[in-house]
This record gives sequence, C-alpha cells and structure tokens, in this order.
Amino acid sequence: MAIVIERHRHIIDFILSSMLRRKGKNGALLLVYTLIVFILASVLFFTHALKREAALVLKEAPEIIVQRTLTGRYQTIPIAYSDRIREINGVISVRPRLWGYQYDSVFLANYTLMVPADNPPEPGSIDVGSAVSRMRGAYTGDIIAFPGHDGLAHTFTVRKVIDGESQLLTSDLILISEKDYRDFSGIPADQATDLALRVRNPREYATIAEKIIRMYPDTRPIVRSEIQRTYDAVFGWRSGLVIVIFSAMALAFVIFAWDKATGLSAEERREIGILKAIGWETSDILLMKFWEGTAISLTAFLAGTILAYAHVFLTSSALFAPVLKGWSTLYPTFRLTPFLDFGQVATLFFLTVVPYTITTIVPSWRAATIDPDAVMR
Amino acid sequence: MGLRRSTIYLGTTSGLALTLAGIFLHSSSELRDARPLFARKSALVRQLELTDLCLFTEASYTRNLSMTDPSTPFQDAPMSLEHFPSGGLVGPPPHLVKK
Repeated sequence: MAIVIERHRHIIDFILSSMLRRKGKNGALLLVYTLIVFILASVLFFTHALKREAALVLKEAPEIIVQRTLTGRYQTIPIAYSDRIREINGVISVRPRLWGYQYDSVFLANYTLMVPADNPPEPGSIDVGSAVSRMRGAYTGDIIAFPGHDGLAHTFTVRKVIDGESQLLTSDLILISEKDYRDFSGIPADQATDLALRVRNPREYATIAEKIIRMYPDTRPIVRSEIQRTYDAVFGWRSGLVIVIFSAMALAFVIFAWDKATGLSAEERREIGILKAIGWETSDILLMKFWEGTAISLTAFLAGTILAYAHVFLTSSALFAPVLKGWSTLYPTFRLTPFLDFGQVATLFFLTVVPYTITTIVPSWRAATIDPDAVMR
Repeated sequence: MGLRRSTIYLGTTSGLALTLAGIFLHSSSELRDARPLFARKSALVRQLELTDLCLFTEASYTRNLSMTDPSTPFQDAPMSLEHFPSGGLVGPPPHLVKK
C-alpha cells in the first residue's frame, strides 16, 4: 500500500513540476475554471435556497385566491361573488383582500399597500416595511404622506416598522386600514382586489377551483400549490439572463474540452515520448495525465464551490445584487438561509470535474500508445 | 529541506475538502437556528395573507409573481417589449403556461 501511495506521490511531484514550468498557462486555466465553477455554483446555491425558502414560508399562503379578469388582465372583484363561493362544500371562509401598488414619483419607488386580515392599523395610521422606512426615513410616530387617487396628499402616522427579519416578504409593504385604503385608492365599497379562500381539505382545491370557474367564468382561481410552484420558475434555466450565464459556462467548457480533445501541444507530446523512452509505461502516462486533470479540476471545483457559498450566504449575493435590484430604488436587504443539498454539490462535481478529467486523458492515451521515437521526431 | 510539492498539493486539497465539509456543517447549523425564524415568517404570511416573496419591486408582475397574468409584462402595447431586468430572471408562473 505504502509503495502505491509513494508511486502516486512521485507522479504528483512530477506533474506539479511539469505544470509549474508552464505556470502562466496553467494558472490562467485554473483561474478561469474556478470562476466558471464559482458562477455556476452561485446560481445553483442562490436559486435552491430561494426555492426552499419560498416553499417553507408560503405554505401558509391562502389556499385559493380568486381573481377576476377582464380583457386578459386582473380587475377588482365584486364582494358579492364571495356569497355564492362561500356556499361551495369544503370552503371554510372567503375574505375579500384589498391590496395594490402605489408609485412614489419623488423616490421613484413602488410600494405595495395592503389591508391585513388580522390586527389592521387604526384609520390614519400605517405599518411600513423596513425598506420603506429606510428609504423615507420614517419611523414609529412619524407622519408620512402619499398622493392618493384623487391627487391629494394623504397623511398617515407610522404605527410601527415591520420587523427587518421578514424583509424578503415585507420590505416594500405598507399596511393600512380598510377605510383609509378605499379612500386612498378609490376602490368602491362593493369591490375588492381579490378573494382569499380557506379550504379544509387540500384534495378539494382543484374541484373547488373548477366550481368557481363554472360559477363565475370571468374569475381565475390560483391554488396554493401553484403559488408555491411559482418560485421554481425563478432563475429557471430558461429565464433570459440565466440562459445567457449557462450558455457562457457551457461555451467555456466546450472551449476547454476542445482544447484538450484536439490533442496535446508538441512540447507535451515530446515530453510523453521522452518518458516512454526512459521506461514509463502507457498506464503511467495515463495516471500522470489523470493527476494533471485532477489537480486543475478538483482545485477549481473546491475553491469555486467554497467561494460561491461565501458569496451567496455570507455576503448576501453581493454580485447578484445589481441584477436583483434592477431599476428599483426600493429593495430588500436579505440574507438567505443556506439550504445546501449534497446532491446539488455532487451534480456540480460531476458536471465540472469529470468531463475535464476525461478530456485530458483521451488525447494523452492516443499520444502514449504511439512509438516514442515517432513522437520525439 | 523544503516540503515536497505533492505534500503541499495534497495538504491544500485536503484543507479545501475539509472547508467544503465545514460548509455542510455550517449550513445544517444555520438551518437549525433558522427554524423559529421560518415559523415567524409563516405566521406573518398567514396573518397578512401574503402570496409572494418581495424579491423585486420594479414591476408589478415580478413583485407578485404568482398573481400576475400573461398580458401584464406587455401592458403598454401589444408590441411593447419586456423592459425590466427582473423579467429576465423569472419564468412565468407554471399555472399561467400550463393551462
């Protein structure tokens, strides 16, 4: 056993010396390879953590949301719809939800105004999300004004700032009383934004949704499982920017593979010829090339993965932040909980290390099986 | 006498592999600590009847992803193009494209 280990160590000594002779080329290769793994792993870690977080926290979302659509767009829904929907077997409750958006042209920010189901603020006061508070410099007891649908400024006293730990849910929220929201937005008293249904049995969601559509063909029910699945599509591989990143990664790998698979440089072939001439077996050459591929790809994989973890979970995905913020001036500052899946890291390993190592060995096998005399000429 | 190159390489690789193992431990410890936080967030979702994460605030269809409809991203005109960066990060909700 000790002899085998020593043999491998001598080969590693040899390939490291050989690689250090071409340190510019190999250093650049290692750097680019690490960068590719880093970007790929960052996207994987970020999307996986986000999906898991969405699945966990949105499991308490309303069982069914009923929207009304007109000309393909959602509109306010008559509250009277809830009377017949409530009579459907399995429906525990129907609550009209009041919520909408407000664009602040001074701060260039979009707020989400919402009338909460429980513990709404008193008329004249509001609760604000931490990003709204941060941007407007508004804290408990401060008075804050927004222009309403009538063009007049409506003033509210900040009752409280919503806890910052829930920024991923509430950072742009403004919670308001029903009376204030109707005055502010102009939604008539007999209308709501949509209806939130509580349903006892999850197996009845689809049946109830079908019944609602039959009852009111202009409605669109959205069941909770659909809400949760929505976040599987975030950063999905078909999303515009993500496909660009993945294409760049794939292209970089193709270039690597092509460079390796099309053969070795004259210098490398001569090196193999000399090694064979002084007594190295073909298996020794293949072992050497295996270690050479492994040295680059394993180091790049480990360093890239560790850096990606630090990037996503310790620096709050600092490099993704400009893309996430987009044009918005109001954004949550959140740190994702590190959901790390062994299968995910294993997939990353097989996608990055294995192809590179194989493409290193194949041309070396071709070079190692030909006559050393012919190689050296 | 200096260290052999293989010793330096194997030592570095082992160090990186141990760090990777440490990442898994860190992750599971953070997840354990985050359980009460998730319980509080779920309670908030129930209390406020929330349906979406606040990931993007620049456009309504990416702010409340599950509540959007197929025409919202193109609401200005039939030929108007998607012009918010967040639209390039998210796919349409599955219930919009499956039906």
